[in-house]
Amino acid sequence: MLMRTRILAAVGVGLALLATASACGSSKPKTGTPSYAATQASFAAGSTMEKLHNAGKINIGVKFDQPGIGMKNPATDKPEGFDIEIAKVVAAALGLKPEQINFQEAVSKNREPFLQNGTVDLVIASYSITDTRKKVVGFAGPYYQTGQQLMVRKDDSSIKGPDDLSGKKVCSVTGSTPLANIQNKYKSAIAVPFATYTECVQQLTNGSVDAVTTDGAILLGYAAAQPTKLKVVGEPFSKEKYGIGVKLEDTAFRNFINDVLQKAIDNGDWKKAYEATLGKSGNAAPQPPTLERY
Amino acid sequence: MQVLIDNWGSILRAFLETLELAGLSAVVCLIVGSLLAVMRVSPIPPLRLFGSGYVTIVRNTPLVLVFILVVHGLPELGLKGSFFTRAVIALSVYTAAFVCEVLRSGMLTIPAGQAEAARALGMTFGQNLRLVIMPQAVRAVLPPLTSVMIALLKNTAIAEAFGVAEATGKMDDLVRDHADAILPIFIAFAAGYMIITLGLSRIVAWYERRAAAS
Repeated sequence: MLMRTRILAAVGVGLALLATASACGSSKPKTGTPSYAATQASFAAGSTMEKLHNAGKINIGVKFDQPGIGMKNPATDKPEGFDIEIAKVVAAALGLKPEQINFQEAVSKNREPFLQNGTVDLVIASYSITDTRKKVVGFAGPYYQTGQQLMVRKDDSSIKGPDDLSGKKVCSVTGSTPLANIQNKYKSAIAVPFATYTECVQQLTNGSVDAVTTDGAILLGYAAAQPTKLKVVGEPFSKEKYGIGVKLEDTAFRNFINDVLQKAIDNGDWKKAYEATLGKSGNAAPQPPTLERY
Repeated sequence: MQVLIDNWGSILRAFLETLELAGLSAVVCLIVGSLLAVMRVSPIPPLRLFGSGYVTIVRNTPLVLVFILVVHGLPELGLKGSFFTRAVIALSVYTAAFVCEVLRSGMLTIPAGQAEAARALGMTFGQNLRLVIMPQAVRAVLPPLTSVMIALLKNTAIAEAFGVAEATGKMDDLVRDHADAILPIFIAFAAGYMIITLGLSRIVAWYERRAAAS
């Protein structure tokens, strides 16, 4: 969605240049992404923070296929989204500029191995905090809270919530938590795995599946792009808390990131990050979540 | 390890789905591949052209692309089979090109003199193929044909991203819920695939020995 508006904006700018200030009302000038408060503080010797600060570089695992959260923009070849902004907030606190972040795609099944073998220093990839995962990685946050919802075709009034899914085909991403919720809690529904949400949406519009399910924020983005064909129905029926993954044993780093997040929530950086990304769907910024320091 | 014991029933069901997918696709692609191979050696130029065109296009297209075309393209044409059917079509379309080439290479190993002799005896092109060329060609290409079938079986894993809940999809489910046991899960599923492919190789080896003895 973001991508499409960007392209539209770019096309709009081009048209405006050609057609000398004709009515091209829909294309607003592109707003830059916000910058975040940087610290010049020195860090304890031997800490991960000091190492990253001195290296002048940080590897962060993010998603490349989730609009609004972490999505690689094919036009700029750079990832965009709320997770990306949070990554910049953390990097700024380490005294690093956005250009010094090396974003790497971390698909769901790569997140734990990437942290454990040091491929990435952090994972910020719509990474839900769960008890099983807490056994193998450390979580700072949560920095965002969302819930699973359903999206259906506009003309379909038979599905109003997860209890209406009996015998219906429900699409979500292979190996994702929303798909597991359908498989485990709504067994009469038929879970259909696809590689990306975009493909699920396509199967929904061509009638091969009856609903697409995942976190509400992502669905709203798709529904907003095709408002005549799609709608999001029902209340959220799960609670997902996105956390920042670090190495299990690196408690000092985890505490540091929690402090950074708390500061970002207090000084408005968190809200800025939201408004530059998920907020574009038209939904006002929610109450920031309370950090779980454990 | 506990994860594997707790879930062995659903793991087995997922591998059955993989087997069904591979088995059905194998039957379809062997039939289509044989037809293509016959086209490529036939005396009729348009058929030869069609056969070589099919192989050139399909064999040089990544399988994922074939899947995307079939799974997303067929509904645009108004054809909405189940996701399983669409996966069988995609796998068969793709693998048939390889089956065709393997069979054709087998046919080419038969000295031209044999086909000429058969024709001199008054055999038609069809009789020639059925009675003289094919029986020898198939025996010659059993090992590479087995490799193609093994590749087909492993290629079914792509269907996990196109609506079919097969073995690799199950693996991803387990990995998500049991982040503390990723390695045992990976190894177990690799072993699962190996059991099937080794089984297939054994059956072919047994058949080859029998064919050699007769």
